This record gives sequence, structure tokens and C-alpha cells, in this order.
Amino acid sequence: MSKILIVAQHAGGKLNAGTAKAVSCAQKIGGDIEIAVFATSGASVAAEAAKLAGVKAVLQVDNPANDHNLAAVVAPQVAELAKARGSSHVLAAGSTFGKDLMPRVAALLGVPQVSDVMLVHAPNKFDRPIYAGNAIVTVETTATPVVATVRMASFQAAAAGGSAAVEKASTSAKLPTHTRFVGIESHKSERPDLQSAARVVSGGRAFASGENFTKLLLPLADKLGAGVGASRAAVDSGYVPNDWQVGQTGKIIAPELYVAIGISGAIQHLAGIKDARTIVAINKDPEAPIFEVADIGLVGDLFQILPELTSKL
Amino acid sequence: MKALVSVKRVVDFNVRIQVKPDGSGVVTDGIKHAMNPFDEIAMEEAVRLKEKGKVTEIVAITIGGAKCEETLRTALAFGADRAIHVKEEGEVQPLTAARALAAVVRKEAPQIVLLGKQAIDDDNNQTPQMLAALLDCAQATFASKVEVDGGKAKVTREIDAGLETLEIDLPAVISTDLRLNEPRYLKLPDIMKAKKKPLEAVTLADLGVQAAAPVKHVKTVNPPVRGKGVVVKTVDDLLAALKQKGLVS
Ligand SMILES: Cc1cc2nc3c(=O)[nH]c(=O)nc-3n(C[C@H](O)[C@H](O)[C@H](O)COP(=O)(O)OP(=O)(O)OC[C@H]3O[C@@H](n4cnc5c(N)ncnc54)[C@H](O)[C@@H]3O)c2cc1C
Ligand SMILES: Nc1ncnc2c1ncn2[C@@H]1O[C@H](COP(=O)(O)O)[C@@H](O)[C@H]1O
Repeated sequence: MSKILIVAQHAGGKLNAGTAKAVSCAQKIGGDIEIAVFATSGASVAAEAAKLAGVKAVLQVDNPANDHNLAAVVAPQVAELAKARGSSHVLAAGSTFGKDLMPRVAALLGVPQVSDVMLVHAPNKFDRPIYAGNAIVTVETTATPVVATVRMASFQAAAAGGSAAVEKASTSAKLPTHTRFVGIESHKSERPDLQSAARVVSGGRAFASGENFTKLLLPLADKLGAGVGASRAAVDSGYVPNDWQVGQTGKIIAPELYVAIGISGAIQHLAGIKDARTIVAINKDPEAPIFEVADIGLVGDLFQILPELTSKL
Repeated sequence: MKALVSVKRVVDFNVRIQVKPDGSGVVTDGIKHAMNPFDEIAMEEAVRLKEKGKVTEIVAITIGGAKCEETLRTALAFGADRAIHVKEEGEVQPLTAARALAAVVRKEAPQIVLLGKQAIDDDNNQTPQMLAALLDCAQATFASKVEVDGGKAKVTREIDAGLETLEIDLPAVISTDLRLNEPRYLKLPDIMKAKKKPLEAVTLADLGVQAAAPVKHVKTVNPPVRGKGVVVKTVDDLLAALKQKGLVS
């Protein structure tokens, strides 16, 4: 039977939603699920993790070096813990945290990694996207443990209702000092988080300025109660911050409603929105590729459409 | 200080790929290939570090078949001083690539190893982190700003929550994100000059590297197609369509 170790992602004493999605992937694999929390003092995160349905144990690894969860510091502890627990699988959410950390863990364990698991066929057989999601490959690995990241847009968060035991754990892994945290620049916002929002409104290069995003896109997002996103072109042009980028190399999302405005629909952008339930596209070019994936398309000038749409909502 | 830059040959990012009908993979024969876009950014960063006097020599490296030589020539045209071709005709997965790179790093002793954050064919996003683990050195992935100062580097990283800055001791592995720089256009004289720059060929065996047990590709299929949508003419029609789906009240 499988014994699955999930590395919790957390910040500010709170568990990140991606961890519950990794739990849901682990449930599909089947077996005992353990969550490891690496923190300075991880009690609040561990308590939250213990409440996830299907979790058998939470391992709380407190160490001042775990502040900021640097991959180089956490990876040797994960590798050692996985060995000590006899884990058959080591999983984390496919967020930038998991993507940074898990290949380092895999290499320390001398095994390959499966990135972005979107479907579980068997404990060692998974589907994952390649070529920006333009093909899906079924992969099979014979290595143990199986180290993998979980594509968050493919799994619902595991429900609450669990009551796992929290155990304090420690490792004797030698922790490096070659990597030091300097700072983080986050744009706090009251809007729903892009990665978990039920609705997302995104803008592209056509907005032509950050002011236009503020003037036209944000009021629409507020009316819809939506999170906000953008194309790479809009981020590169400096209209909006980097963490708004949706796509192959940005965030991969699965909202109920995605509204793409002034976005052409390049394959790299589409890679991020394929799992949206309903896609609405507003673009002045009727030939724009975004219309090939849109459920509802409106051809026209965003500078006229958006004020009207927002006022009528 | 020496910089090692890894470059991979991949299907050009503009190509709409086709899945082979027998499910054995995607069609790559006769398809336009290019240097992985993130590796162009890594090359550009190395060249800029050299222009600033921080780096004195740039070595480009690839692990792959005979055709990958053209990717190394592109790297040389960017400004690499010499290139290493680790010849391997079979598929090269990240752990094997990382082992080969680690073997070369041990020999060449670069202070900085620059790689793309992900190869846009398999979208694995693994090799740089694996390499750093094998070398037991610092890693700064998804870099959008790199400042090298003596034996240290300050790297700003694009993460889900925004921008994180790390200070790392060199030698270190850095993986590039899209906004690190905009790669230059290659000029004909540089492309000509590149043809004469040294290119050394080695094999995995020469490096004493064993290929890792591969993740087996069982079957490749097309993603599900989305149903055909409707095109509406006015904002009122759009609102009506959204209402019908229960998305607005
Ligand atoms: C390796 C790699 C990775 C990438 N990763 C990503 C990624 O993760 N996410 C991403 O988004 N891109 C990514 N890209 C970039 C991608 O290829 C496109 O360049 C980008 O998505 C284009 O952004 P855009 O649609 O805003 O701009 P454009 O392609 O310039 O499109 C602008 C659109 O706005 C429309 N328009 C103009 N004016 C108006 C108006 N007044 N009203 C209505 N419509 C108007 C135009 O008709 C056009 O369709 C990547 C590229 C590479 C090479
Ligand atoms: N076969 C290879 N040859 C050269 N570089 C590679 C190879 N495989 C991976 N890389 C490097 O590792 C980065 C990340 O690749 P991947 O882990 O496959 O997504 C790429 O951008 C390259 O810089």
C-alpha cells in the first residue's frame, strides 16, 4: 500500500490552498497520507493540515532555518523524512513553491520527478500536460519513491472534517547556509486570489496602460466579484504586476468564469485557461485565436464595451 | 569568473504541435526547432554579465543528438566563447541532463550556471533544481533580476505571491524567467564568427554519467476539445448569454 508524504505550503501561519489539492491527488493514489510542515513554529499550519479529510498524520518539523521555506534548506529535510517514514510517494502542489522544491528533493533521493500530475491512473501512472497543454502524456515511473508535483487546476481541494494526529518531528539533515532570504514584494489585494477565484477577469496588451487597467478592468472585476489576471504582454509592458500572469509560464487556473479582454489567445496564454468552465472573450479582431476557445465571444472595442458592461451589471 | 549556460533544442514556440495518431508522441520531424526561449534569456544574461565585466568566459552546453549542434552554434553567436556537446541520440530526461551538467561543472568549475526555468517541450521545470541538488550549491529559480557582486549574487525571483529576493553564495545555479531580459537579435557577422568557435563533443560515458531510469511515456493524446461557442453582437446579448448560464443574475 502507498504511503504518501505531502509537503505543506504555507505563509503567515496559514496553510496554502494548494496543499488541500495535493491531498485530493493523494486520495486518488490511495494509501496513508501524511503532511509535513516545515516552519519556524508550525503549530497553526499543522492544526489546519490535520483537519483535511483523509490525512492520517501531520509531521511538524520546527526549525528556525525553515523561516521562508527556502528550497535548498527544506529539500534535504524532506528527503530525509521521506526515507525515515518509508514514503512511497512525495508530493507537493505545483505552485512556484513546489516547482522550486520538489526537483531538488527528487535529485537528493536519486529519482526522476513527475511534474504537474493532472490525473492518476495508478499509483505510478499519471497524466500530465506537455507542450503548453497541447498534448497530454500518460507517464509511468518505476522509481521509488515517486516524487511529483500536482497540477492545482486539475484537483478540487480536499474537504475539511479530518482529525489527524499532529506529531513533532525532526531530521538530522545538514542544512546549508549558502542561500539567504532578503525580502518579498507582494501586492496585497482585497480581490479574490487569482489561483482559487471562481471568476477571473483578465486583460491584455490592448489596454495600453496600467491606468486603463485601473479605470476599466478593476471596476468590472469588482462588479463580478472576480480575481484579476493578465497576459504576458500586459505584464511585460509593466501595466500590471508579474503575479497576474496567466498561462504556460504564469498561473494555470480553473475558474467557473474567465473573461479575456484584449487578449489574442496565444497558445502559451491558452495553456493557463483550458480548465475554465466558461470562457468569455472580448476582442476587436474577429479572427483572434481566443475566439476558438471562447464559449461566448463579443467582437468589439474594449474601450466602448467595458464601461457599458460594467454599468449594466 | 566563468559562466556555464545550458541550451536545449526544442520545437519552436510558434509551432502548433500535432500529436501522432498512434499516440507515440508528437510530430517533430520536419518541424521548425529553435533554442528553448528561456535558454536564450540565460545566454543573453551571461553575455550581459560579460559585458559588465563580471564574467570572463562563457561556456555553452547541450545534451542531445547531432541536430543540437545548431543550437550550440546559436549560443556561440550570442557570445559564448566555446561550446560542449554531450552527444546522446536517445531521449534525455531532466535527471540525466542534470547529472551530465553536474559532471561538466565539476570539471569546468564555473561560478555561475545559468539555465532556462523550463524547456517548453516537456514543460518539466526540473533540471536546474536537480543540478543544484547534485552540486549541493545554492539555487535561485525563476529569476527576473540577477546582480553579481564578488562571491555572491542577489537574485529576484518571480513567485506566485510576487517577487522574492534571495542572496546566494557562488557557485550557484540560476534559472531564468521571462522578464529577466530581452534577448538580442543575432547579427550575421556573429553567426559567421560562431562557426569558427571551438566546439567539443563528449559522451555521457566520457563524463562517467549513467542515464537515470526514465519516466516512461506510455501514450500521448490530444487534450479534450472545448465545445463550439457562440458569438454575440452586443453587450446586452452577452449579459443575456451569461444569465442563461447562471453566471450573472
Ligand atoms: C516561452 C514563452 C512563454 C510564454 N508564456 C506566456 C504566459 O504564460 N502567458 C501569456 O499570456 N503569454 C505567454 N507568452 C506570450 C504569448 O506568446 C503572447 O505573446 C502573449 O500572450 C500576447 O499577449 P496579448 O494577447 O495581451 O497581446 P497581443 O497578442 O498583442 O494581443 C492583443 C489583442 O488585443 C486585441 N485588441 C487590440 N485593441 C483592442 C481594443 N481596443 N479592444 C478589444 N481588443 C483589442 C487585438 O485584436 C489582439 O488580439 C509566452 C511566450 C513564450 C515565448
Ligand atoms: N538536454 C538538455 N540539454 C541542455 N540543457 C537542458 C537539457 N535539458 C534541460 N536543459 C536545461 O534545463 C532547463 C529546464 O529544463 P526542464 O527541466 O526540462 O524543463 C532548460 O531550459 C535547459 O536550460
